[in-house]
Amino acid sequence: MTMQLVGRPSYDEVERGLRLAGRVFTVQRKDLIQYGGAACDYNTIHWDDRTAAAIGLPSPIAHGMLTMALALSVVTDWAGDPGAVVDFGGRFPRVVAVPNDGVGVEISVEATVVEKLEPPNVRVSISVMSGGSRVLTMPRTIVALR
Amino acid sequence: MPLNQTFRGRVYPATAPYEVGLEKIREFADALGDKNPVSRDVEAAKAHGHPEVVAPPTFAIVLTMRAEGQVVFDPTLGLDIGRVLHRDQKFRYSRSIRAHDVLTVTVSVDGIDEVGGNDVLTLSSEVRTVEGEHVCTATSTLVSRAAGREPHDD
Repeated sequence: MTMQLVGRPSYDEVERGLRLAGRVFTVQRKDLIQYGGAACDYNTIHWDDRTAAAIGLPSPIAHGMLTMALALSVVTDWAGDPGAVVDFGGRFPRVVAVPNDGVGVEISVEATVVEKLEPPNVRVSISVMSGGSRVLTMPRTIVALR
Repeated sequence: MPLNQTFRGRVYPATAPYEVGLEKIREFADALGDKNPVSRDVEAAKAHGHPEVVAPPTFAIVLTMRAEGQVVFDPTLGLDIGRVLHRDQKFRYSRSIRAHDVLTVTVSVDGIDEVGGNDVLTLSSEVRTVEGEHVCTATSTLVSRAAGREPHDD
């Protein structure tokens, strides 16, 4: 079906080393509440100050999967299609504490095409930083191009 | 507390069918600030060759996390749920999750280990349509920190 890959970047035109447009996201406590509701994740560590304090955290923490989803949106915005991301994963080396201060925290995402695989796939490496620390590493995100 | 080793290798029965709602996909995209029309509008999805609206790539977690609760919240496993942190997560898709898919999840316990005094639980969740088509396999690694260690101690 020739319609299938409308809008995705062309494999032939994408070079190894291409840096995608990075983004800085601001995440506030209300965003954790909204994500938890949408994802049906009601774990108290993501909204309750007492739970956080009980395990020595300064505040409730962002869902790792929220951080991963924000990171991938940099890739899907580039690819134009959420269906282009076919294989991915990551490690959360550090939690992202989100104070209820009306300001929130910044999460910055950078992504680079690091390898051209068998057409139409490329491998993208994504790095996610917050508060000067790496909070998510995603070295192997496979994106199916056109 | 060490985890109950007899859980290693367990495979759970497929979960009850979950129908992926169009509005659930839109709500999920809203929560991410994701404006992609392919996740909102069926005409945009069709223009990209998809028969229905396509969920953002991490959407499978909505199903797999619930399914993994069968293991994680089983009191006989011995996981200290109050100290659990998500360490790793992987997804491999055969095809995207779409609105109106009816999906089941089959959870397997791939690993139960102790690393540096912390309990490490590795689960895989296979997502299929009720017709049996493979959609996605998710692998989750959860760590329960030993008492006395803070989540920032690495």
